[in-house]
Amino acid sequence: MTEADCKKYLRLSGLEPLIITPESIFVNVGERTNVTGSRKFLRLIKEEKYEEALDIARAQVEGGAQIVDINMDEGMLDGVAAMTRFLNLVASEPDISRVPVMIDSSKWEIIEAGLKVVQGKCVVNSISLKEGEATFIHHAKLIKRYGAAVIVMAFDEAGQADTYERRIEICKRSYDILVDQVGFPAEDIIFDPNIFPVATGMEEHRRNALDFFHATKWIRENLPYTNVSGGVSNVSFSFRGNDRVREAMHSAFLYHAIQHGMSMGIVNPEMLEVYDEIPKDLLEYVEDVLLDRRDDATERLLVFAENVKGDAKTIEKQNQEWRNGTVQERLTHALVKGIDEFVELDVEEARQMVQKPIEVIEINLMAGMNVVGDLFGNGKMFLPQVVKSARVMKKAVAYLLPFIEAGKDGASRSAGKILMATVKGDVHDIGKNIVSVVLGCNNFEIIDLGVMVPPEKIIEIAVKEQVDIIGLSGLITPSLDEMVYLAKEMDKLNIKIPLMIGGATTSRAHTAVKIAPEYSETVVHVNDASRAVTVAGNLINQNVKTDYAKAIRSEYDELREGFLNRSRDKNFLTIAEARANKLKLDWDQFIPQKPYKTGVHTITVRLKELVGYIDWTPFFRTWDLHGKYPNILEDEVVGEQAIILFQDAQKMLEQLITENWLEAKGIYGVFPANQVNDDDIEVYDEKGNILETFLTLRQQSQKTKGAPNIALSDFIAPKESEKQDYIGAFCVTTGFGVDEKAAEFEAAHDDYNSIMIKALGDRFAEAFAEFLHEKVRKEIWGYASDEVLSNDELISEKYKGIRPAPGYPACPDHLEKNTIWTLLDVENKIGVKLTESLAMWPASSVSGYYFGNPESKYFGLGKIKEDQVRDYAQRRKVPYEYAEKWLNPNIAD
Amino acid sequence: MSKINEALQNRILILDGAMGTMLQRYNFSEEDFRGERFKDFPHPLKGNNDLLSITQPQAIREIHAQYFDAGADIVETNTFSGTTIGMADYHLEDLVYELNYESAKIAREVADTFTAQNPDKPRFVAGSIGPTNRTASMSPDVNDPGYRAVTFDDLRIAYKQQVEALIDGGSDILLVETIFDTLNAKAALFAIDEVKEERNLDIPVMVSGTITDASGRTLSGQTVEAFLISISHIPLLSVGFNCALGADQLKPYLKRLAHNTSFNISAHPNAGLPNAFGQYDQTPEEMQVLIREYLDDNLINIIGGCCGTTPEHIRLIAEVAKDYQPRILE
Repeated sequence: MTEADCKKYLRLSGLEPLIITPESIFVNVGERTNVTGSRKFLRLIKEEKYEEALDIARAQVEGGAQIVDINMDEGMLDGVAAMTRFLNLVASEPDISRVPVMIDSSKWEIIEAGLKVVQGKCVVNSISLKEGEATFIHHAKLIKRYGAAVIVMAFDEAGQADTYERRIEICKRSYDILVDQVGFPAEDIIFDPNIFPVATGMEEHRRNALDFFHATKWIRENLPYTNVSGGVSNVSFSFRGNDRVREAMHSAFLYHAIQHGMSMGIVNPEMLEVYDEIPKDLLEYVEDVLLDRRDDATERLLVFAENVKGDAKTIEKQNQEWRNGTVQERLTHALVKGIDEFVELDVEEARQMVQKPIEVIEINLMAGMNVVGDLFGNGKMFLPQVVKSARVMKKAVAYLLPFIEAGKDGASRSAGKILMATVKGDVHDIGKNIVSVVLGCNNFEIIDLGVMVPPEKIIEIAVKEQVDIIGLSGLITPSLDEMVYLAKEMDKLNIKIPLMIGGATTSRAHTAVKIAPEYSETVVHVNDASRAVTVAGNLINQNVKTDYAKAIRSEYDELREGFLNRSRDKNFLTIAEARANKLKLDWDQFIPQKPYKTGVHTITVRLKELVGYIDWTPFFRTWDLHGKYPNILEDEVVGEQAIILFQDAQKMLEQLITENWLEAKGIYGVFPANQVNDDDIEVYDEKGNILETFLTLRQQSQKTKGAPNIALSDFIAPKESEKQDYIGAFCVTTGFGVDEKAAEFEAAHDDYNSIMIKALGDRFAEAFAEFLHEKVRKEIWGYASDEVLSNDELISEKYKGIRPAPGYPACPDHLEKNTIWTLLDVENKIGVKLTESLAMWPASSVSGYYFGNPESKYFGLGKIKEDQVRDYAQRRKVPYEYAEKWLNPNIAD
Repeated sequence: MSKINEALQNRILILDGAMGTMLQRYNFSEEDFRGERFKDFPHPLKGNNDLLSITQPQAIREIHAQYFDAGADIVETNTFSGTTIGMADYHLEDLVYELNYESAKIAREVADTFTAQNPDKPRFVAGSIGPTNRTASMSPDVNDPGYRAVTFDDLRIAYKQQVEALIDGGSDILLVETIFDTLNAKAALFAIDEVKEERNLDIPVMVSGTITDASGRTLSGQTVEAFLISISHIPLLSVGFNCALGADQLKPYLKRLAHNTSFNISAHPNAGLPNAFGQYDQTPEEMQVLIREYLDDNLINIIGGCCGTTPEHIRLIAEVAKDYQPRILE
């Protein structure tokens, strides 16, 4: 071999070199440091637990990964910052940084951020012709200048290559551009010719694997010096949940792909069978599919797969098998698997064997729940499974209770007593219920006071029951002040019970800045159910609680100081200056769309019609399963659980539709309106009489040059424009029936379905809001009558106009709900009420305004200053203190 | 083919020796460093060797002339610390363009004088681009390994300014040297590539890393091979090592480098390792023996000296090098 030849190998480096020659064995790219593929890694990055995140990277290198793929593409992450921070930390760990990294992102700015912090020669994953030649060339040129190799996806302006011909056409075109126009070294090009699923039942997918193999071979023979890579697990997606088949399929796929010239790839080593150890028959069926050898290959593999998974007979056999264990083994199995079928039988058997019935709980059931707790703690069980375990546990306890009562000695040996409550004025309790269930599973005794609990009652019960911890939950912003108030009261009464704070609107920052300083005992924010157990344990355990309390206190002190320092740095305009810098749309050219239908109208709709409008992603989030639907169903970590949960949801969905569990009622109106005095919106009747005035709030922080300080009123034509503009308002609910059904489930000790119905109720309300908004745009107001959007596009808000809701970032002022309620007469017409904190009851309801202007958009108000609060109080005709109380979360310190 | 490439095909080229060591002989005081122009400057300037190109240009001119006289083909400009980042220590960030421009101009004038005297041996000017005193891939704070005192973009912008001035002043070559953090060097190469494209100009680039100790790695932890791979994306005139080690300690790493690349190989080692007083006491004769071993192994295309080397060292190195053929590129 001459040195000139060796110049033409793909050469990468971390602290050490990685040279890929034709003799190299397959290069395995580690894929666990990817927020889109690993929920654990995502959580660690979100929580800034970089030490543990680095452990994942290290474990991959120790496990034989020759390159580490790093991906920070997640909506809630600052991808540029996360990529930079993580790679900087990787650089300081020689046992990780010895291998090259693969900077994996679909966003160029994240890729470039990565390229700026890596000293070795890394791989960019990926670029393509998707956005045209100019972008492709620009990025390739920069990648070359930064000194990296590149993965090129077989993707062009027309889409992703899905045939042999398209694959080679795009790869050839990409190669020619890179080599001839950019001068990119051919050996630094790696093609990803798209691995797609096979055996999907679709005729056009039959050749997916075969086309990949042939394209790979063609690339290696016709595009000199290049390499071929790909993400292998894609190929087996249609066999999700059947790991035997998937593992066999991966290894057979790799075997053939490598034969055809695939030289590197993203592979999960745990999902890989040894090729030679695949049973002959399974291998034959898998290869029939991969190589498209028979017309009935897919059917044959599907039938066989059912076998491998276990047909009805073997399931029965397995059932009998676990039934053969000891009573303890059976109880543990039932708890871990969430099977309640035999639990009363087994509990009775256990009861016969002990002195006191309570011992069945303390010994047998707790042993089982400890297994559940450990598995959950280690990320091997997920929330929906744990809630199912709790269902079994509750059933068992319910069975035992009469026996325990009969021979009561009053001794309680729980891990601790915890009072749980959703605070006054708030009706949301899904999260609180989940945390209660999880804590209950871990042997804490839970006293759940439900929703809208006044502070006096929380304090009274806490003292009377001598609880160890009080857990407070809330979803709407006024609940934050309720929590602060409660903390102050407890401090006054010299109560020494630690507070746990949770719920969607709460945050570590709010807890540290606003609640903790008011209470001399520990206050801790818990943002998900899985952490609640550890936190509660630490708060109670005699050995650690003092140290823990100190640690939390100093952590929050630090957070508070940092927060206050930061917010002090921010510059604000006076409200007058902010108004002078308002958003000025071109009203001269503006032609308002007169609504087809004005006035207030109610609407009922069949649930069935709403199903297509459901955004499922938040549904999974409710259950602590994070990821975007439908991709989450294919997620390597939570996918299986997500599928089961989704199936359960579909089952209930079907039942609640046919049995009419819920009622979908809505009310809406579109009215003539104009902007007046900059920040107000006057709403008129047909004759021009003022019906109501909406008060909006204006952004007050100093903007970059040219950016306006927006208020919602800016989207409505001002009165002086002499153009008659319009505004809409609405309220929809699917909440009637939810609480009753949830109570039924709770009575049957079935928390799982109780939470499920509430989660579905919320989804339906959102779907209804989406449905009605579309109807308003297309028919009622009709300013977008020609709109054609898919459900995905609806969810990502690709339509014209907005429907902001009071209490959310663009208009955090909950008091505006009162105006909507009066304007539409909501409570009389559809029965949705407002609580004293202005939460809507029933909880599964949505209300808001409609803005039709194509320039209107969602924004966050951010912090405002005292002068605007004073001005607002005058406009609202309320005392300053009253305005301050309601706007408090948005007032700058 | 450029003159420098032509010369490299025919013979081993000689790079100059230390600038700092030679300047020490002048024993310049604070007043000398300041000169007339900076006599009222509010901050101390002694030790800012790059500034001497403006305040004591005659000394710089003399040193270049001594090295050419000793047989050097290439002298390095007096600009090792000539970036806004390096000059920040002296509050002289605003002077960066002028420093580099003047330094290159001085070296250019001396080189042209020698070329005119002996047109068969054309002399070249290499614009010296040092590593700066900050590292882009290491944290200076042990308690915060993710912290960086300088970013890629800081370096890229600073280097670009230096590169433009070095070219404007008449450099034939750009020499990115004493690389202890490869990411710094990549920022310099990025800036150079930008300037080359913007000016549509192809100036040859030499890259020279530094192996800090017997671990055989750069300060930022890369092996010889990894370092080479990390800087090979830009066409280079040569790659090599300088500083930190003497010729004998450097040899195994040079061998590994030569074995893995088809670029020309350069080396400018120190005059041995420093003694207890931080001085270099390897004599020209001792160093000549070690360099002869490089040549016997056919490792070298460009050879010179770093810390502690003088015109006498370079004279003896040039003498021995003229008996050998340059390393053949495969």
